[in-house]
Amino acid sequence: MTTPDLAVEGLVKHFADHRAVEDLSFTVERGSFFSILGPSGCGKTTLLRMIAGFTVPDGGTIRIGGRSMHGVAPNRRPVNMVFQQLALFPMMSVGENIAFGLARRGVVKPERHRRVEAMLERVGLAGAARKRVDELSGGQRQRVAIARSLVLEPTLLLLDEPLGALDLKLREHMKIELKQLQAAFGTTFVYITHDQSEALVLSDHVAVMNHGRFEQLGTPQELYYRPATAFVAGFVGANNRIAGRVTAHDGELAELTTTDGWVVRARNSGGLSLGGAAAAFVRPEVASLERAADRLPSDHVQYAGKVQSLLFDGANSAVLLNEERSGFEFRVALPQTGRFADLKVGERVTFGFDPQRAICFNA
Amino acid sequence: MLAWLLAPALLWLLLLIVLPHIDLALLSLRERVAPRVYRPSLNQFRTFFVEPLYWQVFVRTAILSALATALTLLIAFPVAWVITKVASSRASALLLVLCLIPFWVSETVRALGWLILLRESGVLPALLVKLGITPVPVELLYHDATILIGLIYTSMLFMVVPLVSSLESLDNALIEAAYDLGASGFVILRRIVIPHAAPGITAGCIVVFMLTLGNYLTPTLLGGKNSQWFTELIYTQFIVRFNWEQGAAFGFLLLALSTAMVALGLRLSGQRFVDVMRRA
Repeated sequence: MTTPDLAVEGLVKHFADHRAVEDLSFTVERGSFFSILGPSGCGKTTLLRMIAGFTVPDGGTIRIGGRSMHGVAPNRRPVNMVFQQLALFPMMSVGENIAFGLARRGVVKPERHRRVEAMLERVGLAGAARKRVDELSGGQRQRVAIARSLVLEPTLLLLDEPLGALDLKLREHMKIELKQLQAAFGTTFVYITHDQSEALVLSDHVAVMNHGRFEQLGTPQELYYRPATAFVAGFVGANNRIAGRVTAHDGELAELTTTDGWVVRARNSGGLSLGGAAAAFVRPEVASLERAADRLPSDHVQYAGKVQSLLFDGANSAVLLNEERSGFEFRVALPQTGRFADLKVGERVTFGFDPQRAICFNA
Repeated sequence: MLAWLLAPALLWLLLLIVLPHIDLALLSLRERVAPRVYRPSLNQFRTFFVEPLYWQVFVRTAILSALATALTLLIAFPVAWVITKVASSRASALLLVLCLIPFWVSETVRALGWLILLRESGVLPALLVKLGITPVPVELLYHDATILIGLIYTSMLFMVVPLVSSLESLDNALIEAAYDLGASGFVILRRIVIPHAAPGITAGCIVVFMLTLGNYLTPTLLGGKNSQWFTELIYTQFIVRFNWEQGAAFGFLLLALSTAMVALGLRLSGQRFVDVMRRA
C-alpha cells in the first residue's frame, strides 16, 4: 500500500475560549479529491491553515507524503494553497504570478518561461502570460490561482472555498472545471467548503465537520444515503426534519410522535430510548405525492395534506404541504414528468414515504 | 456655487502663494545699483555659483535632507508595519496616537527638549558619565548627527501616516500566498510589500523631504553655528543683511531644488504625482 499523501493524527488546536479543532485523525489517499464540509466556524479553515503551516497545532501530527511537518515553515512544505479571495499578485502579470514559485525554487528563466506557457495551455489560458490580473474574468483568475500552485507540482493542493466569491452560474461551471483539472493533473486536492453541493459533486471523500470534529467521513453517496448523525442528515442535502418523542421502537424501526400529534415511522439509527427526544429525517425525493390515496406504493405510510406553496425550480421543483392533522410543514419533491404541473395551492393531496428510507436519530 | 465654495482656497493660494512668489521672482531678478535705484540683473544667481560657501551649503542641505528622508523611511517602515500588520486594532490606534503626541507641542519646544537632553550639561551626557562610558560630559549638540536626529523626529509622523494607509490596503492573503509559494521574508518585502506600498512610500518621502529641506528651526537650534542649512542663508539675507534680492534668489533656488528632487523621486519610483498625492 502506498503512503497516503496526507495523514493527520490526533490534531488539536484551541483558541482562547474556543476549541477549533478537537483530536482529529484522518488520511487522504494519493490522487484523491478530499473535501471538508462544514458550517462557518466549524474549524475547517483552522484545519486547512495547520496543514499549510500558517497555524501551529497545539498537539498531534501532520504527515505529508509520509514526512512529518512538525516545525516545517509554510514556504518549505510540499503543499500549496488556493486562497478564498485567490490572492493573485496585482503588481505582477499573469505569467509572473505563475512563475513566482518557480523563481523561488531557483528554476532558471528560460525553463520558467517554458513551464509557465505549458501550464497556461493546460488550464486553457494559452497566450495570457502578459495580461494583467485585473484584465481577467473571475473564472480565468480562478484558473490562474490554481495554475500558480499546480506549476510547483505540490504533493497536496489545498483549496479554501475558492468558488465562494463567484456568482452562481460561474460557480456551477467552475465546479465541473475543478473536477476535470483534478482528474487531469492527478494531484491530491484537499478542499474546504460550506456548500454541500460543491462537496458532493467534486469529492471522492467528504468529511463533514462540526464543532472541531468530523461527524462523518465517507463517500458523497454514503453521506447522502446513510448519514451517521443528525447533523450530517440535516446539513448534507435537503431533508425534512421531524422532531418529536419516541413512542415505540424495535431494532429496525422507530415510531415518533410530534408535539402536534403526527406519528411517523423511520429507520432506527440505534441508541433511541422510549419517550426520549428524537428527530426523523425524510428527504423530499423519498416521499411521494398522489391525488388519490390508492395510487401510493403499498409499503408507504399514507398521510393527507394540503398544498401550502409550490416551489417550481425546473428539475428541482418541490411542493410544501401541511400535514392535515398536525399542520406540520413537509417538503415533497415533484416528479420530473410534469404530472403535477397543474397542482394548486390549497389542494388536498395524499403523500407518504417508505420508513426504511427515512432515518431517526436521538435529538 | 462651486466657485463660492472654492473661493477661500483660491484666495489663500493667490494671496499667500502666487502673489508673494511673483514679487519674490521680480526681486530676485533685479540689482540695486544705488539707494532706491534698481536695474534688471541675474547677478544674484551668479553670486550663488561664484561664491563656494553658498552652493556648498546648498548641496550639503540637499544631501542631508535626502539622508534624513531615507533614514525616516527606514525607521518609519517597521513602525507602520507593526501598526498595520502586527498590533491588534486597539493597540494600533494607540500606537498611531503615540506617533502623533509629539506634535501637540510646538516645534520650538520639541527642539528645546532635545537641547535639554543633549547639551554638555544635559541629561544624556550626565548619564554617559554615570555609566562610565565617557570620563567627562561630552557635547552631543552641534553635530550633523544631532541635526539628523532632530529632523527625523520632526518628520516621523508624515512618513508613518502615508505608509500606514498604503500598508492597510495590503491584503494579508497576498503575503501568505507568497510565503506559501516558497518566498522568504525578504522576497515578500521586495516583490509584494514594497511594490504595493510604493505610492505611500513616495508620498511620505516627498512630504518629508520638502519639510526637511525647508526646515529652519531644527537645524538652527540643534546644529548651532555648524548647521549650515540653506534656509539659514535665506534668513540671513532677508533679516540680517537686508539683501532681499539675494534672499529671493536663494528662495527660488531652493524651490527649484525641491521640485527637481520630487520629479527625480517620481521618475525613479515610476509613480505618477496624482496617484501618489491621492495616497498621502
